[in-house]
Amino acid sequence: MPFATVLGQNLRCSLSPVSLRTTLPTTSQLFGNSQDGSFPLTRHSVVLAAQSHDPAERSRAIEAIAAAYWKPVYKYVRMKWSIEREDAADFTQDFFTRLLEKEFLDAYDLRKGRLRTFLRTCADRLFMNQARNSKRLKRGAGSPHLPLDFEEAEQELATVSRCESPEDRFDKEWVRSLFALGVQRLRVSCENGGKMVQFRLFERCDLEDADPTPSYSQLADEFGLAVTDVTNYLAFARREFRRCILDQLREMTPTEEEFRCEAQALLGVPVR
Amino acid sequence: MTQLSDKVVARLQAEMQVPDLTGTRYRLVRYLARGGMGSVWLVEDTVLQRRLALKVLDLIAPTDDLAARLLQEGRILARLEHPGIVPMHDAGTLLDGRAFYCMKYVEGQTLTQHTPNKSLPDKLRVVERIAEPLDFAHARGFIHRDLKPDNVMIGAFGEVLVMDWGLAKVSASNLKPAEDEIATVVLPTQNSLRVTGTGIVLGTPGYMSPEQARGDIAVDHRSDIFSLGAILWFMLTGSAPGELPVAACSVPRPLRAICEKAMAADPRARYQSAQEMTADIANYRNEEPVSAYSESLLERAGRVFARHRTAIVLVAVYLLMRVLFILFEPR
Repeated sequence: MPFATVLGQNLRCSLSPVSLRTTLPTTSQLFGNSQDGSFPLTRHSVVLAAQSHDPAERSRAIEAIAAAYWKPVYKYVRMKWSIEREDAADFTQDFFTRLLEKEFLDAYDLRKGRLRTFLRTCADRLFMNQARNSKRLKRGAGSPHLPLDFEEAEQELATVSRCESPEDRFDKEWVRSLFALGVQRLRVSCENGGKMVQFRLFERCDLEDADPTPSYSQLADEFGLAVTDVTNYLAFARREFRRCILDQLREMTPTEEEFRCEAQALLGVPVR
Repeated sequence: MTQLSDKVVARLQAEMQVPDLTGTRYRLVRYLARGGMGSVWLVEDTVLQRRLALKVLDLIAPTDDLAARLLQEGRILARLEHPGIVPMHDAGTLLDGRAFYCMKYVEGQTLTQHTPNKSLPDKLRVVERIAEPLDFAHARGFIHRDLKPDNVMIGAFGEVLVMDWGLAKVSASNLKPAEDEIATVVLPTQNSLRVTGTGIVLGTPGYMSPEQARGDIAVDHRSDIFSLGAILWFMLTGSAPGELPVAACSVPRPLRAICEKAMAADPRARYQSAQEMTADIANYRNEEPVSAYSESLLERAGRVFARHRTAIVLVAVYLLMRVLFILFEPR
């Protein structure tokens, strides 16, 4: 019997509707607010905090890691092992629950490889172990499920080319997740700074599927601005977006070397 | 959370690399190419209304160290005022923290694109013209260290320009003390290799001298002579040295000897200057003896015949006529 079938029979679990929220929490929800004494937004803190002995700190760090990696993990197992969506959702929840329990991250040595590769390998190992044991591991009983929108992930997965390898998809999903978190971060930053016009212009010009993108004069008419203002506002939003993305990535990478490698992968720049 | 399609992600990825020209006199026109350390963009100088090439560091590399290195490359170009070296116009830092410099925009082809379908004399003239700015730079203590067909441009008017001085090294004697520290640091590039503790191997395999490949710190201008020899080989065969067996390449023996001398493993056995090498190439073009090649008597006769073909034919015809006249003179 193929792995996927074995796992399909054994991994299937009842996904509580409560665990399926429609959206992820906002960045401030995920990372907490440093002003109220919760998890501080410091460089490299997420990965190191995820290995912390303080359960609250670890929990917040794992949520931050999950925000960037749950879709890559979910789509990866769906594609690689051809398992049903409910099983993949269960697996994903189980995976991050184990991260929370320090089972995986204790083994992570930041000198030996990238977090991204490490997590993908962990996903493979967990799947293999579960398939070998032919039983669903009911872990984390009583621990809260992460609020992950698997419906949205399924819709996105439907558009993926069948020729693509699961590993490539994992990497692409990681890029997409980081960009999505960067947009979220930019939105919060613009809200706090009273720059929502700039954000909406950015959203209209760069985040919509429209092809071709609207011209600056169209945007000027639409927003009741001068074309020069559109140019300046968009330049500001894009500059801030770059900063948000790099900040986001810095928090997700434990070393400067990994940051640079991951940034090159994120930006599609050949690695030197 | 915002849903981003693959198309939007690709657009954002591209957008991340676009230099932020806010506050400068430049307007972005389009992407041109990737170079060592960063990317090159076509921009318009809005004041003088002319097009320039803007080289900017990658977004992820705005460190002081790399910015200093980019600036150093700009300074090297600014010092080397020669028709065969692309002129510098401006340098600075963008609002997003990235260092940049602006240089003349050269419309043309790289040597790789240009070489096919050119006659042998044309190819040899191009090599001679590459050697001119190289010789000029060597005389001022600069070593290019990444000379290859992709770093040579043939402009719209046939001008030959040596590009990408990002790996250039400056001999200490040509610098003020403060600059020396930066100048002797080697610069990374897309094709660079890093291997040793004594030095860093930089350059492009196939065009890189053995001493550079070993990571020797004391690389001098003869390393560029090796690369020039490799370029000559590329021009003659269409492939980098080592890509094809030598026996499979039909290269005239004197030119092969020039290549072999230029690419000798021991720098002392090479031409000691680019000028010396081009003199040999010019000799070949003019059907004169080449210093790198000892020709046989037959070859010398053939060369002399080829060089003085018209005169020899005229004399031969004259002599033949005289003989015929003597033999068949009416009595």
